[in-house]
Amino acid sequence: MSEKHNGAHGHKGVLVTDPDLPPTAIDPAVADAEDRRWTPAKIAIWLGIALLGGIAWVMLAIVRGETVNAIWFVFAAVSTYLIAYRFYSKFIERKLLQPDDRRATPAEYKADGKDYVATDRRVLYGHHFAAIAGAGPLVGPVLAAQMGYLPGTLWIIVGVILAGAVQDYLVMFFSMRRGGRSLGQMAREELGVIGGTAALLATLTIMIIIVAILALVVVNALGESPWGVFSVSMTIPIALFMGVYLRFIRPGKVTEVSLIGFALLMLAIVAGGWIAETEWGVALFTLDRVTIAWGIIIYGFIAAVLPVWLLLAPRDYLSTFMKIGTIVLLAVAIIITRPEISVPAISEFAATGTGPVVPGPLFPFLFVTIACGALSGFHALISSGTTPKLIEKERQARFIGYGGMLMESFVAIMALVAALSIDRGIYFAMNTSAAATGGTVEGAVAFVNGLGLTGVNLAPEALTSLAGNVGEESIVSRTGGAPTLAVGIAQIMQGLFGGSGAMAFWYHFAIMFEALFILTAVDAGTRVARFMLQDSIGNFIPRFRDTSWRVGAWVCTAIMVAGWGAILIMGVTDPLGGINTLFPLFGIANQLLAAIALAVCMAICAKKGAFKYLWIPALPLAFAAVVTISASFLKIFSPVPAIGYWAQHNAFKDALAAGEESFGNAPTVEAMEKVVTNTFIQGTLSIVFVTLAIIVIITAILATIRAYRNGGGDETEDAPVPSRIYAPAGLIPTPPEKELEAKWNALGPVKRPARSGH
Amino acid sequence: MERARAGQAPGKVRSLMSTGTALGRARDAARGVAWFFKGVMGENAYAAYLEHHEASHCSEPPMTERQFWRDRTDRQDANPEGRCC
Repeated sequence: MSEKHNGAHGHKGVLVTDPDLPPTAIDPAVADAEDRRWTPAKIAIWLGIALLGGIAWVMLAIVRGETVNAIWFVFAAVSTYLIAYRFYSKFIERKLLQPDDRRATPAEYKADGKDYVATDRRVLYGHHFAAIAGAGPLVGPVLAAQMGYLPGTLWIIVGVILAGAVQDYLVMFFSMRRGGRSLGQMAREELGVIGGTAALLATLTIMIIIVAILALVVVNALGESPWGVFSVSMTIPIALFMGVYLRFIRPGKVTEVSLIGFALLMLAIVAGGWIAETEWGVALFTLDRVTIAWGIIIYGFIAAVLPVWLLLAPRDYLSTFMKIGTIVLLAVAIIITRPEISVPAISEFAATGTGPVVPGPLFPFLFVTIACGALSGFHALISSGTTPKLIEKERQARFIGYGGMLMESFVAIMALVAALSIDRGIYFAMNTSAAATGGTVEGAVAFVNGLGLTGVNLAPEALTSLAGNVGEESIVSRTGGAPTLAVGIAQIMQGLFGGSGAMAFWYHFAIMFEALFILTAVDAGTRVARFMLQDSIGNFIPRFRDTSWRVGAWVCTAIMVAGWGAILIMGVTDPLGGINTLFPLFGIANQLLAAIALAVCMAICAKKGAFKYLWIPALPLAFAAVVTISASFLKIFSPVPAIGYWAQHNAFKDALAAGEESFGNAPTVEAMEKVVTNTFIQGTLSIVFVTLAIIVIITAILATIRAYRNGGGDETEDAPVPSRIYAPAGLIPTPPEKELEAKWNALGPVKRPARSGH
Repeated sequence: MERARAGQAPGKVRSLMSTGTALGRARDAARGVAWFFKGVMGENAYAAYLEHHEASHCSEPPMTERQFWRDRTDRQDANPEGRCC
């Protein structure tokens, strides 16, 4: 029955499926007819979605009242996601990728019951989402809120549907067709030695900077906060306990141990409040930022060399558990409380670029401040490798890859809403660096009121009473985004549970889960980077390839930790503030990785001969390249000291040469010297990133042109293997899919084929 | 008696047990949520391994649950999975 469709899938008739089994794919003609069958009910539903989305966008973009209700953000986002998913991702599927369910996926033909396991699409969606979403989408939108609500909202939603989700989907699909190969391997294969090596080096350095800045966010959230320090430190013994429990007491009882861990975590948050009220607790757990930074560096090294079962795996369970729970909780809370937002649609800082949170004008800095949630290159590392080894059927890649990223984008929208629901004066008092506010309430009030923002009149009492409510000594200059988001979440959640008395709990709950996500990313990032480094050094000293060799592992871990540790310490001690100088580097690095991933995808599409639809990866690639290269160039060449690293570097150098004892925000000669060094490092990193990325993009363009001249290129996909299993493609099966699924279910366990490849 | 495939929805089991009453449906829904949650947390890994082992007609006996989880984390030691920012 299925043989006659061989041609229709565009595969040279090599796939002959078992005639004794039901078809392993829906007949493409039937699937097409189903897509094109517009019943009145279907038309009504999509019209309704489009109408709701349209109204929501009008409310956000055109109607300018005093305030705008948060529910419009939710409606605008969800309707746009649904339309993009139904129409654009389907277009990509049909025209560019052309998945073929008669082909077995790596999870089927390489099945080993361990790494390659065909996993139910709904479970894999959750699994993939938990792997891609972390603190990134929670932090970037908060910082970008200084430009007003509209630029961030537009970029998060439009960016994800045309760029971020496209990248994730393409990378996942191409990796799946190549047995689950990693992005680095694909880059080498498609772009040759130069492009491949540049991609590897870029990935390695980008991982260092990303880990460093994530760690900086945690340090800033925990500095001078005995409550936060206590409860976040308690996650370590809790994770150790969980690890021992899973290893020796009840192996495999993951949900059970996660529930226990979660209960202990809640206890740790509550206990943090008690401890922060005792004298000894304050004395013991009030740590300055440099000490906390060193603590994280030492912890990062130990966590990366300890066996996975003891710390990393249990922490990951805890983090996944919290991720799913909190995000559902936050969505429910926003929908129920529907906060009013009084931030202007586009603020003064969007055009002038003089915003105190992150410097630089809307273009290009909005697009690098919000990376995760709109377009995140880091995802390419997850979408290649791990998830493709678990996909059951090719057509499911759209739901998991494209759909998974839409969910992350929704998380970013919720973070933006939470940040926007805070009073604007308080927002700026929290997010302006201590270099400008002096770290005092008076300084912050003077600075914020001096910004001349319409409708902002900050009273000192607002800051002190909020600090009291959230159980902190002070909330002035708590930069990094995490504390602001925590205040936003606390305000929203107290409306739902517990009232204002519960604000302190919710604040520290939010700090806790952000810290948990970040520390998980720090552990895992250090470990992954260490393996990449070992592999690279292994090219010259083969012994390093052996990952079980202790000395090699320790040396490479130490190198990686030293790399991000140095940047972390630099950020913590930066006289100019830290986050505001370093965060653009984080976004640029992440987007450059996206440009690299999209460049690889473009080369693959060209080699497939899909020139007509090459714009699908080329459009987001062009955008990401323009944004990141121009942002990098501004960081390198801008004559404005607040924006250009070298301009700042030279300004301080000149001041030192002129014998000045203080300059700008640096009160001493020592601080001035530090600025000179820091800007030198930041400027050098910018040059390294942009150079590597340009090399990769150029090699990809060359590969594309070569493919165009030859009308295609070498086939790098694994040879097709006929599939012997079936499962529907999307979340909800279509009627023909249900029918086919019923046929397979009717086979019974005896006739149902082995799901393995050997 | 058929066991629901580990990687799969408990749909078949459900269709056998569902009585169609509101209580039955609520129980099915709760079971579905539990199945989904355990799947996302990775708790189903051993069941999936056993199922694979059985289907591949391997002559060696499968690993015990304890051995399997040890093996799993030990393999993660050598093949770290990235976690995103």
